[in-house]
Amino acid sequence: MNFTDYLAAAPEITLLGLLCVVLIADLFVDDKRRMLTFWLSMGALLITLLVLLTTDPGARIVIFDGSYVSDSLSQVLKVAATGFVAIAFLYARDYLRANDLHKGEYYLLGIFGLLGMMIMISANSLLTMYLGLETLALSQYAMVAIDRNNAASAESAMKYFVLGAIASGALLYGISWVYGITGTLKFDEIAAVITSNPGLSSLPLWFGLAFLIVGIAFKFGAVPFHMWLPDVYQGARSPITLYIASAPKLAALALALRILVDGLGDLHDVWADMIMVVAVLSLLVGNIVAIAQTNIKRMLGYSTIAHVGFILLAVFLGTGKGDAAALFYTLTYVVAVAGAFGIVILLSRRGFEAEELADFKGLNARSPWFALMMMFFMLSLTGIPPFIGFFGKLNVIDAALSSGYTGLAVLMVLASVVGAFYYLRVIWFMYFEDAEDRAVLQPSADTRLVLSLNGIAVLALGIVPGWLWALCLAVLAA
Amino acid sequence: MDFSQNILSLLIWLPIAGGVVLLVIGDNNDVRSSQSITMRFAALGMSVLTFVLSIALYKWFDNGTPAMQFVERNSWIPALDVWYYLGVDGISAPLILLTTFITPLVVIAGWDTITVRPAQYFAAFLILEGLMIGVFSALDGLLFYVFWEAMLVPMFLIIGVWGGARRIYATVKFFLYTFLGSVLMLVAFIYLYGKTGSFDLFGFMNASLSLTAQQLIFIAFLLAFAVKVPMWPVHTWLPDAHVEAPTGGSVILAAIMLKMGGYGFIRLSLPIVPDGSDYFATFIIVLSLIAVVYIGFVALMQEDMKKLIAYSSIAHMGFVTLGFFLVWQITEGTGAGLGMTGGMIQMVSHGLISGALFLCVGVLYDRVHSRQIADYGGVANTMPKFAAFMVLFSMANAGLPGTSGFVGEFMVIIASFKANFWYAFLAATILVLGAAYTLWMVKRVIYGDVANDNVAALDDLNAREFIVLAILAVSVLLIGLWPAPLVDMMNVSIEHLLQQIGQTKL
Repeated sequence: MNFTDYLAAAPEITLLGLLCVVLIADLFVDDKRRMLTFWLSMGALLITLLVLLTTDPGARIVIFDGSYVSDSLSQVLKVAATGFVAIAFLYARDYLRANDLHKGEYYLLGIFGLLGMMIMISANSLLTMYLGLETLALSQYAMVAIDRNNAASAESAMKYFVLGAIASGALLYGISWVYGITGTLKFDEIAAVITSNPGLSSLPLWFGLAFLIVGIAFKFGAVPFHMWLPDVYQGARSPITLYIASAPKLAALALALRILVDGLGDLHDVWADMIMVVAVLSLLVGNIVAIAQTNIKRMLGYSTIAHVGFILLAVFLGTGKGDAAALFYTLTYVVAVAGAFGIVILLSRRGFEAEELADFKGLNARSPWFALMMMFFMLSLTGIPPFIGFFGKLNVIDAALSSGYTGLAVLMVLASVVGAFYYLRVIWFMYFEDAEDRAVLQPSADTRLVLSLNGIAVLALGIVPGWLWALCLAVLAA
Repeated sequence: MDFSQNILSLLIWLPIAGGVVLLVIGDNNDVRSSQSITMRFAALGMSVLTFVLSIALYKWFDNGTPAMQFVERNSWIPALDVWYYLGVDGISAPLILLTTFITPLVVIAGWDTITVRPAQYFAAFLILEGLMIGVFSALDGLLFYVFWEAMLVPMFLIIGVWGGARRIYATVKFFLYTFLGSVLMLVAFIYLYGKTGSFDLFGFMNASLSLTAQQLIFIAFLLAFAVKVPMWPVHTWLPDAHVEAPTGGSVILAAIMLKMGGYGFIRLSLPIVPDGSDYFATFIIVLSLIAVVYIGFVALMQEDMKKLIAYSSIAHMGFVTLGFFLVWQITEGTGAGLGMTGGMIQMVSHGLISGALFLCVGVLYDRVHSRQIADYGGVANTMPKFAAFMVLFSMANAGLPGTSGFVGEFMVIIASFKANFWYAFLAATILVLGAAYTLWMVKRVIYGDVANDNVAALDDLNAREFIVLAILAVSVLLIGLWPAPLVDMMNVSIEHLLQQIGQTKL
């Protein structure tokens, strides 16, 4: 162990150190001056981001006795995750203040969660992965329950916790099988063992693999392990839903890519079918059930399931192009969904949770600008060009077709048409219906700015998507 | 300044930028406020400026070459080998001119009749104009698709926000139908991209494809374009959309958006999958004839004027697809070119006539707030000038010689005689049916005694409406009496296209 080891893990170490600072500082802050915690947290994220950018190793470095990896994939995902957590904090702040929920814990748990995500993203062994996963998951359980006087929040936190614990158990069980058969926990060594002993690829290993996939599917919220997702999205207060819906998807992608591609790439034939079934079911169930929703958070929950179907279909292909498409899709999806929840939060105010679709009625009359932004997010999620979501779908379909899966490509576009309906319904409520609620929106200047930038980014990225796709290809297909 | 090399980009982005400017100026529902007046003059100025630019396009256009002109080619997404690749030939240039010609008229037609969020209304039309010109000039498949899909959004809003009572049903149906049609085209594009390594349409045209691949691609294209045209039996969105759309929306929909389907056939289906087109030609011809005859009868029974014109649009667009696909059934000499030229002229002419008819209905609707034929009668007594225009456009719709409606239909019928007598026989029934349903409507609405107090109280056209209808009347007569400039413009490109599709790709 030498200094460069620590350097490659510097972002996590920095974040942990700063987290302790925020934690202690928050003890001496009362509710009136809670803004201090917010700014300290933002500062911590900013410093972490700077450390991330300055300590970029530029190559693949494996440290801590082979259980930790820093490569270009981890770099991209960590920068994005840090950014999205910062955006979530900003969108959440005014809402939390207005609803007497402005506690330091939101930010602290958020940063803890980010630390968990970073560990997952950089995991090079099953145990590191599990460590990161639990750090993230425990933070999320606690965040969902942050409003302890709210029955719905408490209920969804319980549900999330119990089901999450079962999924973690399944994952751990799968890990123990893989470890028992291959004799190692590290992804590259697992891959090497399987390559050199083709006889290992038999029922016992597949059995363990199935449990790993259950864990991955649960964390993504893929059908049939999706039951928790709509309930948690709906039950949690909007800023917490925003947090859960954005950055952790990147960590889930890392979970899938590291285990399935880095570790068990040779077993592609075995896991591909399982992933495909899960993905196709997610695509269908998510899109169809979302149509029937009247609660926008729940609707976005089901739409998340549908998008997860896309991401997993790209992973299923097992090609570099497919993986790059999955990365691109996840990044661009999170940009749009963060903005959409940002608008949901914006519409809420003290004692009023804007979570019914009907609450969007007449938004164009109340605030043409934010209605336009929401329309951008919805169109991006639908996959209408020139918004960035279209290019996400384009790349996945392209990857599927170049692997010869024409039927899947057709299924994907048809599912998008089904999905178009419920996104369009948001636009129709905003533009075609008269407002029932005429309260003036009063976002603070920085929220207004970032939300606007977020909306414009969905369009601007769609007009110049080339660099991002090139980046994703360089990271995964090289 | 020499902007001849960037004229297509200007034509696309100027209206879009204009739309953004209108949104910045902002809404003021009071028509007489200075904000609203500024906004409307900005809208008019932008659309007229775009039209003036397109006249430059016409002037500089070289009729003698089938090659793409005013080509712009810049790398857009290098990682996917997607190019910002624009160009026009004799097939797309007339449609661009049609677009730039109709849009200012739509702006004038909506001048003070739109009182709810007028800035968004005019902005939607300007942005739509830019996107439609983009569709007609894109030579890169992905760029084409981007414009093609993006176009749905402003139209969705136009029908949904400013439409009639059942507007939401109509606009969602419109969006989902056309979206469903076009996503499979995307799959076909991506498949071709996988084959050729780029989205270049000329690359697609030169790629060799097996018959099965061609058939599947043809079906994918067919779904996209047939919905847009629309062909029987995927036409049901059109009457709904037309009836519920505001006047301007109906005009753009009928005059230009339907032409996207025909344009798609002639620009993509025929040259990219000639053998697939050959294989399905009879099928398309049969569908077209069904549209012509069956939809003609349906139109006869309509009691709503807009619905009647909508069905008549479907029947007339049947001529376009008929003309395009006759080419496979004609072996001798000039007939093939005739059918295709006829189809193209029919597209331009129908754009003018149906647009004009929708404007006429809009004039009545603004006064009486009804589109039912039964609510009118004897309008000629109180609105003589209007009646003159309405009769002229109806005659043109029925294909009266001397109007533009005659030229295209006549060419297509002659071409179909060369293919098969029964095609011609059935196609010619539209002349009878078309005359029947349009003139019967005219008889019930325009002639006779004044039917009720509403009609008795009608004011004749004001100056604004008169100008719009007069401009359209002149152009309908001009193309009818002297179609040569239009024919010359597309002639060489169509000859080239015929050669291109004559060569099998198997």
